[in-house]
Amino acid sequence: MPFVYFVGEKGFSMNIGSADLQQDFFSLFNLPRRFQIDTTVLEQAYRDLQAQVHPDKFAHRSEAERRLSMQWATRINEGYQALRDPLQRARYLLTLHGVDTQEESNTSMPTDFLMQQMEWREALEEAKQAKDGAVLEGLEQRVQHTVRELHRELARDLDDTHDYAAASGIVRKLKFLEKLAEEIGSAFDELDY
Amino acid sequence: MALLQIAEPGLSAAPHQHRLAVGIDLGTTNSLVATVRSGISTVLNDEEGNALLPSVVHFATDGEVLVGRAAQDEQSAYPHNTIVSVKRFMGRGLADVGEVGNLPYRFVDAASTGSGQAPGMLQLRTAAGIKSPVEISAEILKVLRARAEQALGGELVGAVITVPAYFDDAQRQATKDAARLAGINVLRLLNEPTAAAIAYGLDNASEGVYAVYDLGGGTFDVSILRLSKGVFEVLSTNGDSALGGDDFDHRIYCWLLEKNGLSALPAPDIRTLLTHARGAKEQLTEHNEARITAMLSSGEVIDNVLGRAAFHEMTQNLVQRTLQALRKALRDAKLTAGDVKGVVMVGGATRMPHIQQAVGDFFGQAPLNNLDPDKVVALGAAIQANVLAGNRGGDDWLLLDVIPLSLGLETMGGLVEKVIPRNSTIPSARAQEFTTYKDGQTAMSIHVVQGERELVSDCRSLAKFELRGIPPMVAGSARIRVTFQVDADGLLSVSAREMASGTEASIVVKPSYGLSDEEITRMLKESAQHARDDMQARALREQQTEAAQLLEAVGNALQQDGDALLDAAAQARIRSSMDALRAVIEGSDHQAIKRALEALNLATTEFAQRRMDKSVKHALAGHKLSDLEG
Repeated sequence: MPFVYFVGEKGFSMNIGSADLQQDFFSLFNLPRRFQIDTTVLEQAYRDLQAQVHPDKFAHRSEAERRLSMQWATRINEGYQALRDPLQRARYLLTLHGVDTQEESNTSMPTDFLMQQMEWREALEEAKQAKDGAVLEGLEQRVQHTVRELHRELARDLDDTHDYAAASGIVRKLKFLEKLAEEIGSAFDELDY
Repeated sequence: MALLQIAEPGLSAAPHQHRLAVGIDLGTTNSLVATVRSGISTVLNDEEGNALLPSVVHFATDGEVLVGRAAQDEQSAYPHNTIVSVKRFMGRGLADVGEVGNLPYRFVDAASTGSGQAPGMLQLRTAAGIKSPVEISAEILKVLRARAEQALGGELVGAVITVPAYFDDAQRQATKDAARLAGINVLRLLNEPTAAAIAYGLDNASEGVYAVYDLGGGTFDVSILRLSKGVFEVLSTNGDSALGGDDFDHRIYCWLLEKNGLSALPAPDIRTLLTHARGAKEQLTEHNEARITAMLSSGEVIDNVLGRAAFHEMTQNLVQRTLQALRKALRDAKLTAGDVKGVVMVGGATRMPHIQQAVGDFFGQAPLNNLDPDKVVALGAAIQANVLAGNRGGDDWLLLDVIPLSLGLETMGGLVEKVIPRNSTIPSARAQEFTTYKDGQTAMSIHVVQGERELVSDCRSLAKFELRGIPPMVAGSARIRVTFQVDADGLLSVSAREMASGTEASIVVKPSYGLSDEEITRMLKESAQHARDDMQARALREQQTEAAQLLEAVGNALQQDGDALLDAAAQARIRSSMDALRAVIEGSDHQAIKRALEALNLATTEFAQRRMDKSVKHALAGHKLSDLEG
């Protein structure tokens, strides 16, 4: 994934001037507010931060420090969770832009997407009945392929064209696919019995 | 008490006094205590040189309590009063213990004992009265604490107690309660596979993905960890908190019953045969067959030969269950068996050759067995205890662990809404909003559950509490925010708040299966070893130790950051609170020390906040500097 980082423009002293529990997750990890992020930089920042604030570093310290440490470590875990996974990151970015993804209220989907879903669900049911691991694997790969495609569309809509309505539509699609992927996972677990 | 040392301004503080801290592996079959001495983690032996304390407790009719080998000697003669593998009952109800009929105990449902515990928590009727698994475990912990204090020559600052990674909240809470009952300050509950990984990882300075396969006496865990640059990151965990070496014994026991046409044996015979079954299992590790001879109370003699192949055959599906958990753990970590660089074997039950074989085949590599599988958990726990007590810098490594099972709430129709998913890194918090179902609804019952299933009835019920005083509104318009917080021990607390009126209710989840603070206090008072004077003396010593630690911590903090982060007046306020605490620390009024302690804690809250901010900025600054250099 291409990675753009504006170290030269802002300088580190400015970016880190606002470390507090309320700041948004991108600032928390010192990352640009974009969908496309360098996940190795995120991972490193996460570890560096936890190395400073984790409750294990404060077990012998004062009660006030222990409490703060738990709050900080919790917040950093929450932020890492929100930024690490592309779907969660897209949701979070849209929230920051004040956009409601309407995942509960808006259930309309393009017909071709719905047809595809129905086809995959049928395939999943058949594979479950037949206990066919190879079919499940094929299905899993096709779903993952589509997920990656949608991630590319998200990158375009969120970072380049700033078309947040379109991005919300993709988030809703990805939510469907996430559920399907979970069900494929459970089907694999069932195979062993 | 010695005078506290204060270093000259500008110089670093004198080396810390070594604080006595231990790691305790409270196992199903055996328990151990270990500590770090001269930088090396060592298991502490008893006076006869034994490292393993059998987790067996015998309550004699004369009130004496025996623990370990002495208790083991009584198990066939007094099966009702000799409790073996009590860990299987921790945080459990009668319904959870499937093999009740095959165990030689007199179970009691807590509801009928009038002890105020919620129904469902199992208890045992013994010669010393009705005992809960928490109390029985506390007897084991007391012996280990005494062993450690004798060996180390002083009172313990605290202990890291290990728990199976797959223990749920109720089982963890019960373990912590047992430690408190034994007078042990719990520095941390640590997952057993993670403890083993610390012992291995630090020895081998390894990098990469590791699997820990931990088959104990009564529990099975698998954890997938990534080790890199001093970070132990648990990616996923899975297991079965009711599957262990005991189940292999049990298969042999059932085989014996079948071979000899036996059924409904008296309790002493059950215990005798189970003991022989275990012996046969251990023999089959080295030999191709084991001969089992025993005489029953009826005079009937049992004489059977069990071959290795037959044993493997009768336990094959137990082994399969462990492999199933391995697959799930890998799937959750989004990895395959081929990504795993090494497989660490933990727990005495992993000595069985067909387990070694199955795990080796699964990963396509020979498992690692270089550390004693009985001791590795205690050794790792001791290393972590040493860090948590503040004996080491603590910059050396970071441990990121997870919760094993999803936490959620009951919603309409008996369905579970997951709030914190399994394998979330702890500490973790999540808030979720719920609403009312009926017009004018003024109360809401919050039912906290743990598990992966969709239906409440298939998950473990952890706690129920009520949020009252919701202003009457149209159905669906109230906004109730429920917040789950899981701490670094993996223990949950839940609070609920109605957003419009601000009505609030919260609990530390002390479910159904744990003990309330009052109950712990009552039990401590009742305990003969804790006479009143003892209690007060202990409370005073605890406050003095805590005060000394706080003074040292604040002193160091002021030296490091006082001038940079606080103005003169703020520093003076903290110093005067420190003086106030020093003035009472040598006294005998533990309440006065407690008040001064709290005042100092309060006075340093703002300072602590600024220090934390500074650390966070420092972490990111360091990170960016290294980026620039790269």
